Amino acid sequence: MVRSYNLPDESGRFGVFGGRYVPETLVEALAELEEAYNRLKADQIFQGELNSLLKDYAGRPTPLYFAERLTEKLGGAKIYLKREDLAFTGAHKINNTLGQGLLAKRMGKKRLVAETGAGQHGVATATVAARMGFECTVYMGSEDMERQSMNVYRMRLLGAEVRRVDSGSKTLKDAINEALRDWVANVRTTHYLLGSAVGPHPYPMIVRDFQSVIGREIKEQILEREGRLPELIVACVGGGSNAIGTFYPFIEDGDVRLVGVEAGGEGLETRRHAASLVGGSPGVLHGMHSYVLQDENGQIRQTHSISAGLDYPGVGPEHAYLKEMGRAEYVAVNDHEALRAFLELARVEGILPALEPAHALAYAMRVAPIMNRDEIVVVTLSGRGDKDLDIVRRSLGDLV
Amino acid sequence: MIDAFRRNLDSGHASLIGYLTAGDPRPEYTVRYSEALIRGGVDVLELGAPFSDPVADGITIQASTQRALEAGVTLREVLKIASEIRNKYGTPIVLLSYLNPIYRMGFNMFFKEASSRGVDGVVVPDLPVEEAAEFRVAAQEASVATVFLASPTTSDRRLDTILKASSGFVYLVSLLGVTGVRSELSAEALRLIDRVRARRERPYIAVGFGVSSPEHVSMLAKKGAEGVIVGSAIVKIVQENLSDPERCEARLEEFTRKLKEATRFKD
Repeated sequence: MVRSYNLPDESGRFGVFGGRYVPETLVEALAELEEAYNRLKADQIFQGELNSLLKDYAGRPTPLYFAERLTEKLGGAKIYLKREDLAFTGAHKINNTLGQGLLAKRMGKKRLVAETGAGQHGVATATVAARMGFECTVYMGSEDMERQSMNVYRMRLLGAEVRRVDSGSKTLKDAINEALRDWVANVRTTHYLLGSAVGPHPYPMIVRDFQSVIGREIKEQILEREGRLPELIVACVGGGSNAIGTFYPFIEDGDVRLVGVEAGGEGLETRRHAASLVGGSPGVLHGMHSYVLQDENGQIRQTHSISAGLDYPGVGPEHAYLKEMGRAEYVAVNDHEALRAFLELARVEGILPALEPAHALAYAMRVAPIMNRDEIVVVTLSGRGDKDLDIVRRSLGDLV
Repeated sequence: MIDAFRRNLDSGHASLIGYLTAGDPRPEYTVRYSEALIRGGVDVLELGAPFSDPVADGITIQASTQRALEAGVTLREVLKIASEIRNKYGTPIVLLSYLNPIYRMGFNMFFKEASSRGVDGVVVPDLPVEEAAEFRVAAQEASVATVFLASPTTSDRRLDTILKASSGFVYLVSLLGVTGVRSELSAEALRLIDRVRARRERPYIAVGFGVSSPEHVSMLAKKGAEGVIVGSAIVKIVQENLSDPERCEARLEEFTRKLKEATRFKD
């Protein structure tokens, strides 16, 4: 059991995972970022500024909603939804971009670069850039630009430059490569606002800390509602930022089961999936030692998921550690099961979730019926589904 | 490899290090193209192993590694190509690979193979010296040199660590950015050379990234770089002659010869 959890260690590791595997030019910039972050973590003025933006600008705290009709229909455990879909810009991503935006301001940076998959992080970065007065460049895979065109337009409206990435699989992985290349060339003036709990140290730690407002609020809200902690907490995992933000405040609460849900795509056996922890192996990608999807020669494999935000062949190093030590479990949910969960939530609760958390929801719907009625499940609904309507329409077609 | 550097210095030349992505566009071409470079005067051959996510590389080398990957080239295949070149021509070889393919093979296995196939040194662009403890032990046991990179942003404290950990030579990154052909040589490169040369104990210096023309080579050699690394400008020739390997060989040799002439630092 985990008694006192205090990671990453001084070398930026969670057990053997994590680290800083980057081109030499970035090493000092990462050290500078780590130092600035550690200084500001204890700075009351900085924290006060962040909290007031989270409250008045981003609309926190987000509700913890008891999904009564869904619970009744499934006939098992009580299901609560952490409504990150109600946070400003429509997803949990804003928690991290506000934090890193303030950090970049304090470091005297003039420009932000970011990668985006589904476009949610890109929008949240463009928003913060507008609010705080940064120049902003967002890299996005051309396949993702295609399937998330509304978010591309949103970013441009907000004044960000969206640059198309045509290399590799043309998705999130390649957008990160391109953002890293930009950062190497402009490191003195630019902050790389990484959107998930991945990448070189200190990013997995910084993103986790800014996102753990999700788990802290869940804890407070569930104690207030139910007077006790839940049996099970579920969140979807691409890079893993909403999941680590959800899990982190519960790591030392050993009786709470933590389950991360990865994208099973068309099925693990088809290799057209993005489940790095369930179907991958340890490797080094994007500056971190973690689980990655790779072939026997160490080349990173192409991934697939109906959800652009989960379509990534790596995962945050802290998740790799939580898996290896058995503190969290990781499972995969296929495209069609996620779509079913999406539709179910729409019909029973009137909520259109993003396809990413539809994966988490699908898992909760799998297990809630076989749990007792007095047990509690919390699902982090990391974003809203508006961005996915085209994909859903194409997939469900005549079903609705 | 050190001997090659020393011989050149004695005759008033910097060493010319020429880069090819192994297997671009197909494995059998790399030996021929290496021969062209060697005929033109390359002193050390740098062979790049293709990787799916080359974050330190610009578009020219990205496209080149993509062609090699499409031809099915693996790290094991690169080692085979290296040994063929080494046996045929005796030219020292430095192998460049991103970390993951090496990690996947296992450090000990990789260095054992590299050593038995005649690889002199290894460069890993995403492995900073702080993360390299295990890697260095495996390299030392196999007597393969470890070439680390230093960049204009590297602090003095870390520069010392990098110089101590580098054997064969230290790879100075001439600019802030990725690899690629540039028209101008960055002033940062010259400052970085001065910083390293001011150290009493240091390995040989080789400068790369953006070094594209005989003029760049000449300036670096005169400034005191004992080696110059030309990558993208060579790969570009490969890219421009994909359908005509013979023309490619001729152009590679001709270009290398001009670079080689520019390595002279004293008259």
